[in-house]
Amino acid sequence: MPVLWIVLIVFAAAAIGYAVARNRALASAGGNARGLHSLPSYYGWNAVLMVVAPSMLVLAAWLIVAPVVIGWSVAADLPNRDAMRSGDVSLAMSDIGKLAQCLTVGVREGAIPPEVARGASLEGTDIRETCADLGIALGSDVTRETLTSAQAYRAKTATSALAMGIAVLALAALGFGYAAMRSNKDFRARNVVERGVLVLLVMAASIAILTTIGIVLSLIFNTVAFFRLYPAAEFFFSPTWNPSFGGGSTLGILPLLWGTLYISLIALVVAVPIGLFTAIYLSEYAGPRLRAVAKPAIEVLAGIPTIVYGLFALLTVGPMLMAVFGRDGIGWMQEASSVMTAGLVMGIMLIPFVSSLSDDIINAVPQSLRDGSLALGATPSETVRQVILRAALPGIVGAILLAASRAIGETMIVVLGAGAAARLSLNPFEAMTTVTAKIVSQLTGDDDFASPEVLVAFALGTTLFVITLCMNVGALYIVRKYREQYE
Amino acid sequence: MYDTRNAERDVTQNEIKMSARKCQVFYGDKQAIIDVDIDVEDKMVTAFIGPSGCGKSTFLRVLNRMNDTIPIARVEGAITLDGEDIYDPRVDPVQLRARVGMVFQKPNPFPKSIYDNVAYGPRIHGLATGKAEMDAIVEKSLRRAALWDEVKDRLQEPGTGLSGGQQQRLCIARAVATEPEVLLMDEPCSALDPIATSQVEELIDELRESYSVVIVTHSMQQAARVSQKTAFFHLGYLVEYGETGQIFTNPRDERTESYISGRIG
Ligand SMILES: Nc1ncnc2c1ncn2[C@@H]1O[C@H](COP(=O)(O)OP(=O)(O)OP(=O)(O)O)[C@@H](O)[C@H]1O
Ligand SMILES: [Mg+2]
Repeated sequence: MPVLWIVLIVFAAAAIGYAVARNRALASAGGNARGLHSLPSYYGWNAVLMVVAPSMLVLAAWLIVAPVVIGWSVAADLPNRDAMRSGDVSLAMSDIGKLAQCLTVGVREGAIPPEVARGASLEGTDIRETCADLGIALGSDVTRETLTSAQAYRAKTATSALAMGIAVLALAALGFGYAAMRSNKDFRARNVVERGVLVLLVMAASIAILTTIGIVLSLIFNTVAFFRLYPAAEFFFSPTWNPSFGGGSTLGILPLLWGTLYISLIALVVAVPIGLFTAIYLSEYAGPRLRAVAKPAIEVLAGIPTIVYGLFALLTVGPMLMAVFGRDGIGWMQEASSVMTAGLVMGIMLIPFVSSLSDDIINAVPQSLRDGSLALGATPSETVRQVILRAALPGIVGAILLAASRAIGETMIVVLGAGAAARLSLNPFEAMTTVTAKIVSQLTGDDDFASPEVLVAFALGTTLFVITLCMNVGALYIVRKYREQYE
Repeated sequence: MYDTRNAERDVTQNEIKMSARKCQVFYGDKQAIIDVDIDVEDKMVTAFIGPSGCGKSTFLRVLNRMNDTIPIARVEGAITLDGEDIYDPRVDPVQLRARVGMVFQKPNPFPKSIYDNVAYGPRIHGLATGKAEMDAIVEKSLRRAALWDEVKDRLQEPGTGLSGGQQQRLCIARAVATEPEVLLMDEPCSALDPIATSQVEELIDELRESYSVVIVTHSMQQAARVSQKTAFFHLGYLVEYGETGQIFTNPRDERTESYISGRIG
């Protein structure tokens, strides 16, 4: 039974349960809602909880666990399992999974006769080609053994789906009955619903946390795998980045890290003063009418996709810089892609972040501080410098660090504006590249997933993650220190 | 009925420090001050009393042009300080505010150390040459605000860490430090306990030696205790202005009389 149907049936049952439980509770109090312990709707919601919560939990768990279990059991039955390496097993399993999917789709579309799918015969059909026509690419030709395994896979999946449907619906029915039975005037439905709501909220929070933990763990595991294959000292201290997909590459992070920091630095040098001054102008000097127009206009900048900024870097800023600093000008610049190009454009991208965050923070400074300063005979700019920025400093530092995190994580502008050469150089008019850009290029290669050239992407990602984490912790520390002092 | 410890105040006419003629204030279309004429005398405490919303704070802000910071506010009429029109385009409001200081209803210390709070005005106006002179100004101002003994060992701690009453005295010290000629105080004691209030009142009495002080207050007792002249505002009009003793014992206008005896408010 398709999952969608199961879900629909459960929710229909929940809706009916709501009405039934509510009416039963009302009836037990002789139709007088005041005789009930809780408001009538609570009895209904209690029924909804009882029907939906356990059955949907089981459904979700089943959907996650079943494919893994089925995969294991099919893999265990592979004919020459013991002779295979783990990489081969996963390749074979991926083919089996795809073939099984292809059979299912093929039968549904009539491209593969059901006998082939169910039975043992391969004769007369080129399954690989048929599958390719259906848009499913198999890694190798279909052998007898693969077909048998795929058929076993399909059979087990079908059994599992049936069992899942029965289990989920049975649970929903049980919940229905239990809730309906308990719905009488003395039942404390409100308290049960309250606890249900609490559990729901806790679950939502833990999903967010668990996903984060999962992502971090997967980063760490792959990083560890990388360091098994490649010496850590060389990764962290080698000044060259020279991956060659045949093996024997040098994978030093230093040039990438340098490129990242250099570009981010230029971006911040552009964005922080302009953004901050914009915010000060808008919040302290501009009249309400100008503000009403200018603030949204600046925020539009924040809505532009970064790829557009990348194009801007590639087609406008790069050539403009070339005209001044290139061969026809001062001669510092060899090509349009450079640290300066990417840094300038990234700075423009960050202006609205800095300005709109700072603007909110400056506006939150109490008017009484401004009045106090002005009443002492300070000019507006003295007030801004000595009182408002002082009071807003923790927030502004936070805004700047947020902008820095974005700069460090930015990819598209770098790919288009900074070039792809990993280089350790002080000249901002030279092409360089960043950690993020290299993560992309390492992962989009056609390489074996277990090679150091691919796994290095995870080590790069982990390093980046640690850097931004340290920055955020530092920002929190600064902010807290100032809060303690001035609140 | 009221403590008229200052009843035998010197009633000799002092010099006129600030004056207003036909003063009008509008917030947008709404008029908050109507036809106010007043002379604030030098070296005296003038109290503004009146029911809430009658325009006391608004008129106080007229005297140091703080209404300039409210975009919708508009002031008309002739307001002078030492005979000069302070709304003349040639007058710099920033300089004016250095001469006419202000203390607000709610204490508003800056997010700086106690020392820097007091030194703020003198620094901006370049009143001290060198650290020693600045130290002297800070100490003197804190002493005048009756705060020195409490904070002399913690001058580098943030001013925001003081208690509400201490903060208010810090704000007074801050205003006094710039040596203004007129000090405007908008309900300076409304956040203070009785002890701090009486300290501030003593301070106001001392300040009278050198400055002209204008204080807005909701406490009749306070007005009677600290002021020599009292102005009663009602619905934007200045209803009655005269010597404090006369206003409280023998008001001429019946609105004044009903207000101070608690019938309108
Ligand atoms: N910024 C402003 N914008 C618009 N109207 C204002 C503004 N400030 C004051 N008003 C109006 O002006 C009138 C006088 O206000 P003001 O603050 O001067 O009263 P007040 O006598 O100081 O009252 P209180 O004793 O409560 O402090 C009130 O009606 C008030 O609503
Ligand atoms: Mg007021």
